[in-house]
Amino acid sequence: MTALIELKGVEKHYGDYHALRGIDLEIRAGEFFSLLGPSGCGKTTLLRTIAGLEEVSSGSIRIDGRDMKGVAANHRPTNMVFQSYAVFPHLTVAENVGFGLRRDPRGKSEKARAVEEALDMVGLAGYGKRRAHALSGGQRQRVALARALILKPKVLLLDEPLSALDRLMREQMQLELIRLQRQVGITFILVTHDQEEALVMSDRIAVMFEGEIGQLADPETLYRRPATKRVAQFIGKMNFLPGALSADRREIDIAGLGRVATADLATSGEIDGAVSVGIRPETLAILFEGETAPRREVQGVVSEVVYYGDMTYYDVRVDGIDRPLTVSMKNLIGRPVLDVGAAARLAWDERALVLLPG
Amino acid sequence: MRGAPLRVYAILYLLFLYAPITLLPLFAFNDATIIAFPLSGFTTHWFTDLVANAALRQAVGNSLFIAAMTAIFATLLGLCAARAGAMARFPGKGGIIGFVMLPLVLPEIIVAVSLLIVLRQVLGLNLNNWTVISAHVLICTPFSIAILNGAFQNLDPSIEEAAMDLGESRFSAFRLVTLPLVMPGIISSMLIAFTISLDEFIIAFFLTGANPTMPVYIWGLLRFPAQLPVVMALGTILVALSVTLLIIAELFRRRGLARAGIKDTGGFL
Ligand SMILES: Nc1ncnc2c1ncn2[C@@H]1O[C@H](COP(=O)(O)OP(=O)(O)O)[C@@H](O)[C@H]1O
Ligand SMILES: [Mg+2]
Repeated sequence: MTALIELKGVEKHYGDYHALRGIDLEIRAGEFFSLLGPSGCGKTTLLRTIAGLEEVSSGSIRIDGRDMKGVAANHRPTNMVFQSYAVFPHLTVAENVGFGLRRDPRGKSEKARAVEEALDMVGLAGYGKRRAHALSGGQRQRVALARALILKPKVLLLDEPLSALDRLMREQMQLELIRLQRQVGITFILVTHDQEEALVMSDRIAVMFEGEIGQLADPETLYRRPATKRVAQFIGKMNFLPGALSADRREIDIAGLGRVATADLATSGEIDGAVSVGIRPETLAILFEGETAPRREVQGVVSEVVYYGDMTYYDVRVDGIDRPLTVSMKNLIGRPVLDVGAAARLAWDERALVLLPG
Repeated sequence: MRGAPLRVYAILYLLFLYAPITLLPLFAFNDATIIAFPLSGFTTHWFTDLVANAALRQAVGNSLFIAAMTAIFATLLGLCAARAGAMARFPGKGGIIGFVMLPLVLPEIIVAVSLLIVLRQVLGLNLNNWTVISAHVLICTPFSIAILNGAFQNLDPSIEEAAMDLGESRFSAFRLVTLPLVMPGIISSMLIAFTISLDEFIIAFFLTGANPTMPVYIWGLLRFPAQLPVVMALGTILVALSVTLLIIAELFRRRGLARAGIKDTGGFL
């Protein structure tokens, strides 16, 4: 696959503030790509440099083979859905959606048909005559989507489009956006701080911290083989245990758990120096009476119980580990919820461990 | 009744505020040179005198011209400042905005004297309507900024960028999206600047050239008591004009709010 968007060494300074620190990125045509990171890490800034709303301090951006240096937003093959939706409040829904067609040479009735089609695509058929300011948040977002998609851009940029919606609406819109992206085949670049949203929607995700890309991978790789503790913490929950590599690097001695072969551990690359081992809570299990661990077992004591309905999260103290291990258990039929202080045998599996630097 | 003292207070306050103004039309139509009760009959000849007075007509004309120019320039400058304040981020922004607002609290007499020195002694310019206009723009711009800041505050800073993203140039994005939405603010600002300039006395007194403005001319008239009823007639016309303008501005403001779907948070009326 060829790269539709190519960023090389993109830097952005705001006065003294270094907002983007050498971003290298290739985004493929037709891809659903996400920029994920905590608030303030530079996601919006990066998106705006691609849109042409912000000039880069140095580095280059190419879209579809063309260098975008000096090309203003109105001449780029990108369209944006703003975080605030930026719907024009003084216009009707149809006028909003048709706004980008002002310079289109097509006739009036053809344009009206295009607007109707775009509204239909986002589930707002028949809303054309309404005033934009009278719409709900979800409807305004659909207007913003239709307004951008009607221009058939090469790239659609979405800046936290779902963060203002309530949870039910958000989950529904996630699925709708995926459907829409498949239907129109346009490259989507989504900015989000919600890791679950990124995992659900994206083909690939770039995790950003402080103006840099921490890791770029598909959702499963990102979850199973995070490159750093920071990425691992940002995506889902993870327990970290200090480990000591043997001299020949074949074995690792993990605090509280013992020795395992390094080859069994997942890792995203060669690791030198200090190492940690990561374990996701769902890969640990508390064994109940009569159950035996399929592979390995360690003894502990429950120190905290958090009940979520479908799941229970336990903190379990294990000798030799200074912080308790978090374990998540499905609340299956007939399985009791343990109390604080109860003895717990933990089952673990070296194949679920991740080797991390630091 | 519980609200009684408050009600009395409100009535007294309104009387205090408006009684002097209601005297204007009363004496403007009163057939006597002396401003005193009892009234002595109805006449319109003060208005005929007013129209016949060429010097006064000239002064009113000057003032209207100065006020109109002041309204336009102060609002243009205010528009730039308010837009930058609302939409742009630049270093030292807070300080710069504060500095621009400073003339709001400077005593006018200080502004007048320093401007006179600068214009006459330093620049060696002749005093004319334009010297008054430049000084009035100086004192009116902070008011314009304050009013337009309000208009821009209600505005989503992304919408102009959205218009650019959809293919418009920076200027047409401003014209198509921002301008219609801040239009009520622009009209309010022009109106306020117009009114401030129209009745401003101190600066005009210092900086006016051979042709005095209306307030300066009226001040001169006060030495001739016989002319007082003419001043009353002029005042009556101005009050009627002000009220009309205010009503028009308020109608515009409400229409603008309704169009943009912004909740009304009080205006002039
Ligand atoms: N125009 C600007 N001027 C100065 N600083 C800015 C500007 N835009 C963004 N920043 C700063 O850059 C950093 C990254 O901002 P942003 O890209 O909006 O983060 P995110 O979208 O990841 O939350 C923030 O610390 C923000 O304060
Ligand atoms: Mg952001």
